[in-house]
Amino acid sequence: MRLRGPVLILPLLLSGCDYQTYQSIFSGAAAEVRQFNILFVIFLVICAIMYALVIAFLIVAILRRHRAQANVVETGRHHESDPSMRTGLIAWGVLVATGLVALAIASFFTDRSMAKAAASEKLSITVTANQWWWDVQYNSAEASKTLRTANELHLPVGVPVRITLHSNDVIHSFWVPSLAGKQDLIPGRETDITIVPRQIGIYRGQCAEFCGTQHAHMALVVNVDTYADFLKWWGHQLHPASAPTAPLAQAGYRYVTTGQCATCHSIGGTSAGGRVGPDLTHLASRRTIAAGTMPMSKGNLYGWVEDPQSIKPGSRMPTIGLEPNQLHAVVAYLETLK
Amino acid sequence: MSSRFRASLLALGLAAFALAACDREERHSRSKPLGETIPAGESPDTIWPAQGSPPPPDPRAKLYDNNAPAMAEGQFLYNQMNCVGCHSHGGGGMGPPLMDDEWRYGGRIDQIAATIAEGRPNGMPSWRGKLTDDQIWKLAAYVRSLSGQPSKDAVASRAESMSATTPQTLTPREPAHTSDTADQ
Repeated sequence: MRLRGPVLILPLLLSGCDYQTYQSIFSGAAAEVRQFNILFVIFLVICAIMYALVIAFLIVAILRRHRAQANVVETGRHHESDPSMRTGLIAWGVLVATGLVALAIASFFTDRSMAKAAASEKLSITVTANQWWWDVQYNSAEASKTLRTANELHLPVGVPVRITLHSNDVIHSFWVPSLAGKQDLIPGRETDITIVPRQIGIYRGQCAEFCGTQHAHMALVVNVDTYADFLKWWGHQLHPASAPTAPLAQAGYRYVTTGQCATCHSIGGTSAGGRVGPDLTHLASRRTIAAGTMPMSKGNLYGWVEDPQSIKPGSRMPTIGLEPNQLHAVVAYLETLK
Repeated sequence: MSSRFRASLLALGLAAFALAACDREERHSRSKPLGETIPAGESPDTIWPAQGSPPPPDPRAKLYDNNAPAMAEGQFLYNQMNCVGCHSHGGGGMGPPLMDDEWRYGGRIDQIAATIAEGRPNGMPSWRGKLTDDQIWKLAAYVRSLSGQPSKDAVASRAESMSATTPQTLTPREPAHTSDTADQ
C-alpha cells in the first residue's frame, strides 16, 4: 500500500520524458524558449538547494527537540549564547542573499536578450484571431508582396519574426508551446510577440484562452523552414489561384465564385473576395482543415464542405446542404488550389 | 417530518418543475437547416394589401423568433455582411432605418426573411444563394430585435460593436405599422 503514491507519480514523471518537439515547452526550438529553459533550470536548482536546506534544518530541529529539556522558557537569545548557531545564521543569511542576487542577475540577462531579439525584427506578420480560426497576413514594404493566408505560419529559421496580434471578436491567446510563451489577442488592442526559431520543423499552436464553443478546435500549424525554402513558399503563395482545366473543377469554380462560398471566402485571382472567412487561395497546400480540426485530405474536405456543423458544431461556416454533384464539383475545384 | 417541512419540500419540487419549463430556446447547430418550403426561384408571397387576410406565418418563424443564439449570430452576420453600410446599426442611411415602426415590406419575421432573400427595389440586394436560409433567418431575427420586437430576456444586453444606442434590453418595442394587419 505504501508503494501506491510513488507508482501513481511515476507515469507523470515518465510523460515528462517526451522529447518530441511538435508541441512541447521544453523543445528549445526557438531562442526565447532556450533562454527561458536555462532560466528555469537555474531557478529550479537554486530553489531546490534552498528547499533541501530548509527541510534539513527543520528535521534537525525536530530531532533536537526530543533531546531538549521540557518546560524551558523561550528567551529568543539562543544565538548569543551559542557561537556555532550564530555563525550558522549569518551563513544562512549570506546564502539567501547570494541566491536571490543570482536569480535576479539570471532573469535580468534573459530579459535583456529577449528584448534584443525583439528590437532586431526582420519579418513582420499580423495574426488576427477570429472565432475559431487564425487569419495570417505577411507584411511587406511592397504592397504586391503582402500575403494573406490562414491557420498556418511559415517562418524562416534564425530570423527574428515580430507577430502583431489582433482579435476580431473575443479575447484569444496565441500559444505555440515549442516556440514561444503565450500572448493574448485582445479586441481593439494591439499586442505583439517576437520569435526567433532555431530549429527546422513543424510545430503546433493552439488558442490558450477560452474563446467559445470551438476553442479546442482553434489550432495553428507553424512550419519552420530554411530561409530559401521560406522565400520559395512566400513566392508560391503570392501567385493567384490557377484557373481549373478539368470540367468538374470548372463547375466547382462557378459554384464557389457565384454561390455562398464567395460571400465569406476570398480566392486570389477570382471574383471571390469575402474577407469574413479564411482565405482559400492555396487551401490545398495547407496541412489541416478548419484550424487544425482535421488533416487535409480529399475525404475530410468532402465532409467539411458538406456539413461543417456536424464536424465543428457552432462554427461560423454554415451547412449549405450541397447536392452530390455540386459537392463533387466544389471539392474537385478546392483540390486544385495548391 | 413536520407539515411545514413537507410544504416547503413540495414548494421546492414545484419550483424545480417550473424551472424545467424554462426552455426558452434551442440552438440548432448540429441539425441541418429546415428545407425550403418554397422552391427556389419562386418568391414567397409575403406582401399583402391592407384589407387582405395574412397567411399563417412560416413554420420556421418559431425556430428563430425570440431565439437568443439566432439573434446573436444574426448580429454577427449583420456586421460581417455589411448591412451596416446602408442601414447603419438600425438608424438607417442609404437604406431605410430598421429600428423604427415602419415596415415597407412587412415586419413579421418571415416577411423580413423574404425581403433579405429576394431583395427589394432601390438598392436592397438579393441574398438568396449568397447566404444559407439558416443565416437569412438568423439575420431576420436580429433585424426584428432592432425595433424591440423580441422579449427582453432573449436579446443581448450588450452590442458586439461600439454603439451609440441604448442596449437592446432597453430598446422600446415599436408598434409595427405595416400593410398587413397581422398581430406582430
